[in-house]
Amino acid sequence: MNNWRNPGIWLILAAIVLVSLWPVFTQRPATREVIFTVLLSIALASSLNIILGYTGYVSFGHIVFFGLGGYVGLFLMSALGVSLWLAILAGGMAAALLAFLLGKAILRLRGAYFALATIGVNEAMRAFINNFKPFGGPIGISLNFGVYNDYGGATQALWLTYYTLIALTIAGILLSYLVKTSKFGLGLMAVREDEDAAEVMGVITPDAKTWAYVLSAVIPGMVGVLFYFKNGNIEPGDAFRLHFSIELLVMVMLGGFGTVLGPILGAAGYQRLRGFLLTSPLFKDIQLSVAGVLLLVIILFIPAGAVGWLRHRFPVLRKVMP
Amino acid sequence: MDLIAFVVDGLLIGFVYGIAAMGLTLIWGVMNVINLSHGPIIALGSFGVYLLFTNLGLNPYLSLVVVAVAGLATGMFIYFVAIQRVINAPHLSTLLATFSVNMIIIGLGTAAFTTTPYTVNFSLGGLSAGPVTVLGTRVVAALAAILVTSALYLFLYRTRLGKFVRAVANNRAAAELMGIPSSRILALSFGLGTMLAAIAGGLIATFFPFTILSGGTYELKSFVISVLGGLGNPLGALAGGLVLGTIEGIIPKYLPTTWVPVLEFLMFIIILLVRPTGLFGAKK
Repeated sequence: MNNWRNPGIWLILAAIVLVSLWPVFTQRPATREVIFTVLLSIALASSLNIILGYTGYVSFGHIVFFGLGGYVGLFLMSALGVSLWLAILAGGMAAALLAFLLGKAILRLRGAYFALATIGVNEAMRAFINNFKPFGGPIGISLNFGVYNDYGGATQALWLTYYTLIALTIAGILLSYLVKTSKFGLGLMAVREDEDAAEVMGVITPDAKTWAYVLSAVIPGMVGVLFYFKNGNIEPGDAFRLHFSIELLVMVMLGGFGTVLGPILGAAGYQRLRGFLLTSPLFKDIQLSVAGVLLLVIILFIPAGAVGWLRHRFPVLRKVMP
Repeated sequence: MDLIAFVVDGLLIGFVYGIAAMGLTLIWGVMNVINLSHGPIIALGSFGVYLLFTNLGLNPYLSLVVVAVAGLATGMFIYFVAIQRVINAPHLSTLLATFSVNMIIIGLGTAAFTTTPYTVNFSLGGLSAGPVTVLGTRVVAALAAILVTSALYLFLYRTRLGKFVRAVANNRAAAELMGIPSSRILALSFGLGTMLAAIAGGLIATFFPFTILSGGTYELKSFVISVLGGLGNPLGALAGGLVLGTIEGIIPKYLPTTWVPVLEFLMFIIILLVRPTGLFGAKK
């Protein structure tokens, strides 16, 4: 297939693998934790980019899939003793199902109405799970420490989740790349540019949008299970934090929306920046403000993000920056 | 009979919710921007009243006037710095631009005030009518809300500047062709929306504890109310506020309080789906 001839995607994947194997060689848990966060953000931001960047629909409450996946996975593991792998699959499927049902309903809304509806969905889900007894209500679900014994003890389990996350991140990037280079992706981008025109040109927009939404929900659902498995417990307030949702939007914007590389750079850059601000004595107290000022500057002056700007400035790069 | 007490209490708070939502809906109606810095501005309004009352001993309702003027100025400042450049860009840009303002305010606010709750130590006693007793501060807040709404309508429908605002909301390009300085009118509208948020925050401070983060809850409520009343319809927002306040008053009588947000947001999604123009009609 032509898709695979692009050197850009191979460069990206090679870079991801190299960086994520770094802590494996040094065997330093601290580095692993840093890279874990970065990989998590990359997987989530790349998924969000499918609906946000390619299709042009602002999903403000995207974290709902991450949280729901986590809840379903942890519930299966703690109540039914299901293995991590099945739980991850179930989490991804639950998220996909929710996205499918939501897609049928709220993707009819356009522009700001859709954005508002996704906020509503996230808040409704949070409030509902807060009252949902099987999922532990406000206390949430905690995994019994013994669970980790099945995976070779707690230390070994941490490494295992790390490897799994690498695999899921790569799957997320590949998914994003395949969507972008496929005919289906072309239809999505037509929807982004002009939905009515796309419809006239033969794109069945309700279906295309729904499937884009489903595809953008699967990886967050699976990663959610992994993250909360590592965490050991899940609570409604944590799982459906609107703020994290918006941070994902920031990452996509920072790197450049609608590109494969953009969310990756954006996620890595944002997490590094955040780490720096949190530890710097000068900015520690006002790190949120500094991040806000930076975001504002990017929105106002480089709305296409880093990758978009580069592609615009140096057209040669378009071939190698998918 | 305590159902009446619940309803009255909810209604009175509903007026304040209505004011907050009116600010959000006004900004949407005039400039098609969903203002994500709405919550922190509400919190800043609360802190404004708190600081003036605690440090200068100024009566909270006099402080409210100061807070309103400061809110207007802040809003116009935010417009020129953060929004003017992206006003014609896709929704994502304005959403994120206002969200970055949100981050800046919350970051600075957390550094200045931490996140421990503050209260304004002010009471007007209670008012009793038969079985119903309500806090004096809530009655005054509702009256203030009615006053502010009337003033807004007088401004919009009885002054030249208000006419300009309506013209820009109706059709910006045409308004510009008629010689209306649309940029300044947009700034004024954003200022007015911010002012309403700050007033709502100031009123909230007189009867609820607050932190710099508590504005977020009211921002979400404002979304629900604006959609309920029809996005872009200020009077609808006030009515929506009353509806939401009443619902919040009644539900706890039949279900645990924690179910209130579930029902609110479900209602929100259903209205968006079934009747996106809201119960009282949105701006065309």
